[in-house]
Amino acid sequence: MGVGIEVHGLNAWYGKNLALNSIDMSVPANHVTAVIGPSGCGKSTFVRCLNRMHETIPEAYAEGSVKVGEMDVYGSGSDPVEVRRRIGMVFQKPNPFPTMSIYGNVAAGLKLNGFRNRKQMDELVERSLRLAALWDEVKDNLHKKSGASLSGGQQQRLCIARALAVEPEVLLMDEPASALDPISTSKIEELIFQLKQHYTVVIVTHNMQQAARVAELTGFFLMGSLIEYDKTEKIFTTPADKRTEDYVTGRFG
Amino acid sequence: MRSRFQQGLDELKEKLLRMGGLAEQAIDRATEAYRTRDSKFCQMVLAGEPAINDAEREIDELSLDLLAMQQPMAVDLRFILAVLKINADLERVGDQAVNIAQRVLDLISEPEVELPVDIPRMADGVSTMVQRALESFLDGKAEVAEAVLQMDGIVDRMKDEAFVMLVQKMTDDPSCTRQALDVLLIARNLERIADHATNIAEDVIFWVRGADVRHGGAHYRE
Amino acid sequence: MDQGATAFAILAAILVLVPLLAIFAYLVIKGIGSVNLAFLTQTPKPPGEAGGGMANAIVGTGLILAIASVFGVPLGIGSGIYLAEYGRNRFGDFIRFTADVLNGVPSIVIGIAVYSLIVVRQKHFSAFSGGVALGIMMIPTIARATEEMLLMVPNVVREAAYGLGIPKWRTTLSISLRTASAGVITGCMLAFARVAGETAPLLFTAFGNQFWNLKLNQPTAALSLQVFTYAISPYDEWHKQAWAGALILIVMIVGAVAAVRLTTRGSLKGA
Repeated sequence: MGVGIEVHGLNAWYGKNLALNSIDMSVPANHVTAVIGPSGCGKSTFVRCLNRMHETIPEAYAEGSVKVGEMDVYGSGSDPVEVRRRIGMVFQKPNPFPTMSIYGNVAAGLKLNGFRNRKQMDELVERSLRLAALWDEVKDNLHKKSGASLSGGQQQRLCIARALAVEPEVLLMDEPASALDPISTSKIEELIFQLKQHYTVVIVTHNMQQAARVAELTGFFLMGSLIEYDKTEKIFTTPADKRTEDYVTGRFG
Repeated sequence: MRSRFQQGLDELKEKLLRMGGLAEQAIDRATEAYRTRDSKFCQMVLAGEPAINDAEREIDELSLDLLAMQQPMAVDLRFILAVLKINADLERVGDQAVNIAQRVLDLISEPEVELPVDIPRMADGVSTMVQRALESFLDGKAEVAEAVLQMDGIVDRMKDEAFVMLVQKMTDDPSCTRQALDVLLIARNLERIADHATNIAEDVIFWVRGADVRHGGAHYRE
Repeated sequence: MDQGATAFAILAAILVLVPLLAIFAYLVIKGIGSVNLAFLTQTPKPPGEAGGGMANAIVGTGLILAIASVFGVPLGIGSGIYLAEYGRNRFGDFIRFTADVLNGVPSIVIGIAVYSLIVVRQKHFSAFSGGVALGIMMIPTIARATEEMLLMVPNVVREAAYGLGIPKWRTTLSISLRTASAGVITGCMLAFARVAGETAPLLFTAFGNQFWNLKLNQPTAALSLQVFTYAISPYDEWHKQAWAGALILIVMIVGAVAAVRLTTRGSLKGA
């Protein structure tokens, strides 16, 4: 089951540059929430702050309050590694581990976190690949084929399976379909829709139609600020803010 | 690509306004026919109807193209939806004008009688409503559209009054029943046109403000 | 024009092969006659006596190279990891500079340094000190190769691992290094092949030995030393044996590189 996310007064910097300015946002559990905005608006930075990936970039840091379920992400005793284990992430470009088999990729998060039960691992790998709608396509080549030998769309679903295998509560997706063809994209979108039964999904996208298709809630970012956050249909039919309207109608930039 | 979309939107607006002009013209000609008892104007209304129907089809096609090719959002999406609905209303206005023209033709074929109803005044009001509704669409002015909504009540009252008076007339003097019935139907058609003008005004408000004001919509009253 | 460039490239590639093949052919012609069972199994005979072999030197070279690898490979890879993953700072630049300088230090100087640091303190020449000298020479090559290879691993691969909640050290060892392993192994092999034939650093460290020795703290024979000693001797018989020793040394190096390549190739593809 997914958990909700509560963000209060979140600021993020790259060195001296403020990338996110006092973001407040409440993401409900088991919903798909889209984050849209023009390039450089901070939307990717925002989701990367949710699982403390932001600070892996040199000189980047964030402050403020992010609560994911009961977990205080930026609390004093919080361990970024543990945070990232509980909040899965899927990236823009499919990034399977190049030297590992399909099975190895999905099991990597478990193995490298010290999970040893082989039978249970087999089950988790199968479950994750099924959830990612990839099982039927790869079940005969789990150990024979490398993750990098799959097609782009399959690689991305493999990456989703890999993220799901460690059983996160929240799944963050940073433009997960931007490098894929339309058929693979619609598969990923269908998958996102299914996933919300089990997870809370936050998806960054520069494709507004995609946000409109998959998300129940949509937040519009501009120059590091959250301009408007509402039901998706509201954002795309009758946004309250002029800047949102300019962006969704394409009159912006 | 965006400017191409903007061109499409502008073209759509222009086509709809031209169609509105045709509908307005049909109302005015029908009224003129009533006033002058000249069947020439009735023939003009009947001859003008196919052009309105063609315009409706063109606007539907262009709207569909824009929806499919440009996937408009927010204000643009509301604009195209409003255009589609106004389009249907204007086509109906054209039909009502034809109905009026046909009643006038019937009326001319009968002896002229004095009836206690001022159809030209009512037609004036209705024509103004259509005109203002189209004006509000042209400029995207919700305030003008709101004024149209206010006028609908007046036209409704005029039709109700005409109804009472004409029924009375028919009872008092059954010899002019046919003429009274024609005028009653003309009044009802005018009232229908006023309803379409009201719909158009509501669609303009939806387009401009994103608020649904139909049937005294809750958003609007807030 | 295009064809001309292609032809030139092919010609250059062939010209590179020529000296390599010539050296190898010359070694085979000069040396193969003296390679026999006795050469591979016996220790050297005193000067003037026919027969004898370099068995002790073959084993000694293997022993010294094993010590060098045990010493040089982990340190080289470790410092390479530091440079790539943590060394984007002044200290990293300093280490990088030091490694480049070390790479350029003449091998005899390294031999002398190890002599004064280890041999003088222990008061005798040893296989261990020879291994340390060669190991030191391996470090910069391996470190820079490891760094270059790790930097070529796309950052998205590291991010994928961090995103799974895998700690940085684990990501570096199990993901980044594994992804870069082909290049890192090539770097190690280059370093290995380079030091395998070194003579100068062994003069003051392993020193050489006419007899069997498998103890780490005793002077030990090495093929390169033996070839050197025999080649500058006045005896014809020793000259022949020097050619044979050089041939065996080359074969050992090529064999070791090929063996590592073959054993690691399978594991990389099938993993």
